[in-house]
Amino acid sequence: MHFDSSNLIPVLPEIFILTMVCLIMVLDLFLDESQRQTTYLLTQISLAVTIFITLLVSSPEAQVVFDGSYIRDPMSDGLKVFICIISLVAFVYSKEYLEERNQFRGEFFILGLFAILGMMVMVSAGSFLTIYLGLELLSLSLYAMVAFNRDSKTGSEAAMKYFVLGAIASGMLLYGISMIYGATGSIGFSEVALALANTGMDNTVLVFGLVFIVIGLAFKLGAVPFHMWMPDLYHGAPTPVAMFIGSAPKLAAFALAIRMLVDGLGSLHADWQGMLIILAVLSMAVGNVIAIAQTNIKRMLAYSTISHVGFILLGILAGTNEGYTSAMFYAITYAIMAVGSFGVIIAFSRNGFEAENLEDYKGLHERSPWFALMMLFVMFSMAGVPPTVGFFSKLFVLDAIVSVGLTNIALIGVFFSIIGAFYYIRIIKLMYFDKPVDETPFATGMDTQVVLTVNGLSLLVLGLFPASLLSVCVAAFG
Amino acid sequence: MSADWPILSATIWLPIIGGMMVLASGDKNSNNARWLSLAVAVMTFLVSLPLYTGFDPGTAEMQFVERMPWIGYFNIEYYLGVDGISMPLIILTTFISIFVIIAGWEVIQYKPSYYMAAFLIMEGVMVGVFSALDAMLFYVFWEAMLIPMFLIIGIWGGPNRVYATIKFFLYTFFGSVFMLVALIYMYFQSGSFDILAFHDLKLSLTEQILIFIAFLMAFAVKVPMWPVHTWLPDAHVEAPTGGSVILAAIMLKIGGYGFLRFSLPITPDASSELDWLIISMSLIAVVYIGFVALVQQDMKKLIAYSSIAHMGFVTLGFFIVFMITANPDASSGAILSLQGGMVQMVSHGFISAAMFLCVGVLYDRMHSREIADYGGVVNKMPWFAAFMVFFAMANAGLPGTSGFVGEFMVILASFRANFWFAFLAATTLIIGAAYTLWMVKRVIFGDVANKNVAKLEDINGRETFILTSLAIAVLVLGVWPDPLIEVMDASVANLLQHISVPKIP
Repeated sequence: MHFDSSNLIPVLPEIFILTMVCLIMVLDLFLDESQRQTTYLLTQISLAVTIFITLLVSSPEAQVVFDGSYIRDPMSDGLKVFICIISLVAFVYSKEYLEERNQFRGEFFILGLFAILGMMVMVSAGSFLTIYLGLELLSLSLYAMVAFNRDSKTGSEAAMKYFVLGAIASGMLLYGISMIYGATGSIGFSEVALALANTGMDNTVLVFGLVFIVIGLAFKLGAVPFHMWMPDLYHGAPTPVAMFIGSAPKLAAFALAIRMLVDGLGSLHADWQGMLIILAVLSMAVGNVIAIAQTNIKRMLAYSTISHVGFILLGILAGTNEGYTSAMFYAITYAIMAVGSFGVIIAFSRNGFEAENLEDYKGLHERSPWFALMMLFVMFSMAGVPPTVGFFSKLFVLDAIVSVGLTNIALIGVFFSIIGAFYYIRIIKLMYFDKPVDETPFATGMDTQVVLTVNGLSLLVLGLFPASLLSVCVAAFG
Repeated sequence: MSADWPILSATIWLPIIGGMMVLASGDKNSNNARWLSLAVAVMTFLVSLPLYTGFDPGTAEMQFVERMPWIGYFNIEYYLGVDGISMPLIILTTFISIFVIIAGWEVIQYKPSYYMAAFLIMEGVMVGVFSALDAMLFYVFWEAMLIPMFLIIGIWGGPNRVYATIKFFLYTFFGSVFMLVALIYMYFQSGSFDILAFHDLKLSLTEQILIFIAFLMAFAVKVPMWPVHTWLPDAHVEAPTGGSVILAAIMLKIGGYGFLRFSLPITPDASSELDWLIISMSLIAVVYIGFVALVQQDMKKLIAYSSIAHMGFVTLGFFIVFMITANPDASSGAILSLQGGMVQMVSHGFISAAMFLCVGVLYDRMHSREIADYGGVVNKMPWFAAFMVFFAMANAGLPGTSGFVGEFMVILASFRANFWFAFLAATTLIIGAAYTLWMVKRVIFGDVANKNVAKLEDINGRETFILTSLAIAVLVLGVWPDPLIEVMDASVANLLQHISVPKIP
């Protein structure tokens, strides 16, 4: 194994963000409370520069470096850019919230950057080991972020739950990886795929390994029946952390599924398709039905996430390039919607007030017409009503699964999306049709207003011109 | 024939962009919003007129076609065009929208700019539904209609508006998502979302029946047909006057249009197989819903039920075709019944709009829709009473009004299929007259019932203008329906051609 410095070029985004996070960490120690803005600004600048570097090193051909353990391809470029954009947006929303609650500390951003680094490593992983490294870096940072408000009992509880279940999931995944390694003799995705193609797949160990990997994946994605941690986590974690967990890591989880199931175990498609069908249908059913009963908006969004995960799985289980494309489109648009919905929740949580209950949204339209309009776009988009982009992400997924002959599954999918529409339009009902309990208008900073506007309108613009985003996803899967 | 500028796109996007401008103008000076909306609505109507004047009635080809790729990867196109079936409905939409804007002029005091903007956006979207020739574009417009209507009923509606609007939304959403799956299925059969390509698709009978049912769920909810009609009375009663007008005059027509554009030509064998189902649903709507209308206490509810009964005629006309074509000596009846259904749609657009506007006039003064709260209105509002009686007569199908033409054509055609169907359909002339005229008798005639009625003032210039325009439309269409029938002639004949060729491979 010789070292070739040109190998470093594709890894530049990761190297840059790692350097920056180390720098910021040290610098943050020397800043006092009043200078915390510097940390925030440096974080945002690092993210912006990372986006720039990612675009700079991107190219239509895939590059495999470090003996196959790292891949840079159009999918990783696309996902990295969106991970950074969405995290950047999430940090903008978080800033004021944290400042108001005296939680505006450097750790939040440093842990966040580490999590982003972990996601980027996952997205570009070329072997089971790399992907596991990225996943653990992401998870460990998130465990700490959930417990960020250390005086909050619910926060600590959520962190404990997340940690215990996350550790079990990682264990499952690792166990599955070890079995795959035992059956094929390698951990690189391309070697595993090659070995499977040569030896065939009637190997009990292999199937066991696959089952454990799918379970680990389902835990990380939050698919039913491995979803129990999600509602508690969303509910207990500080809202900015819930926003962060609910948005960008979904893209990384999507990459996790694609890298492991498609790049590595693609020839076992017939085996994992059945498992994913069960996970997807259960997720759509349980997520949408239970969301109706929630009175806490964060819990409701957690169940809504579960149902959206079901749809992402539908795209993946189609097992065609069209399916992966549509799943990627779905994951990206979902992340945009999720960050927007939490953005409104955070913007609305002011002066120590936590806008957590559905009741709090009564008459939001009177208090802040513009934010209410943005929330309207987000909710219609989540419900999948055209002309918002949420409709197209559902359409593409349905297209993909009908094309492989799973029309029945498509019917189940649309059936549950009708049920889902109810709780989304209930939010709109509360905002627009009910009288406000508390009439005081609320003020937010200019940055939040601008970013939230862009975020909300992007759902409409992408809905009118979905081809632009779709071409990114098409490029990823050729 | 096609014009050298994109008339259809202009008709769709002018009101949508205008609506956004109205929204941006805000409520600081709400008169600006009102005048701006009126200007946009009138301009849209003028822009849409060349569709009629430049229309070539001699061909069934799509005209004013605009076609460009939209989402290339999935072969979805921005593909617009009209034929003799959709063109009259577009003109109806742009025409009625003007009166909706005027009808909300002084009445809507709460956030008028939002109200006007919602209606303008709605207008553009509805024109989009009628002119889309790409199935996905159609579906996008079809679903996008729900958003403004949901807000219109929910924000400006009556006391029970939240229930009504959520019911409306979920019912229509439920109906249409299955259509989405059917459209995607056909996309994989034909390779594109082009609706005209769907028309030439070969499908087995099982496939056709499943697709037909998916379409039926979407269109039956929209029309609405018995037994999925229950959202309509709720939505109508709670909606503001303008909302009721748009609902009755145009949104219901979209269901009927869907049958003509999708169900009949794409799945003719399934339609023929299941025509007994639709015909019985239509006859139940005509007879049973007619009786239901008879016992209503609320004027708007009564008109809502009468709308369902009248739309029953439309669907009857569309599906009785299969029975007529099965009978070899009655070939000319087929065209008659389809045209009758179409004329009935357009005429009902004018009449129901006028009836709801009449109720709106009364409601604005008395804030009650209960029939029992009125009586002797003629003594205080003679002009208004004249209009209301005229429209009620049209609603009951009086010869000389447009209401008569469509009903008569459908009944005449039904006779060629089956005497009893025609007989049941013809009972509407009695039932319809009964519920409409009885309502008029109780509301308009008699002595002044109470002191609130005594304080009524007759219609002002704005209201007179609206009602006069609609009265002229009803009368012209009733006396001289030829221009309308002429433009749709070739298209209907072409549709019949599609129906009579089996699609089973």
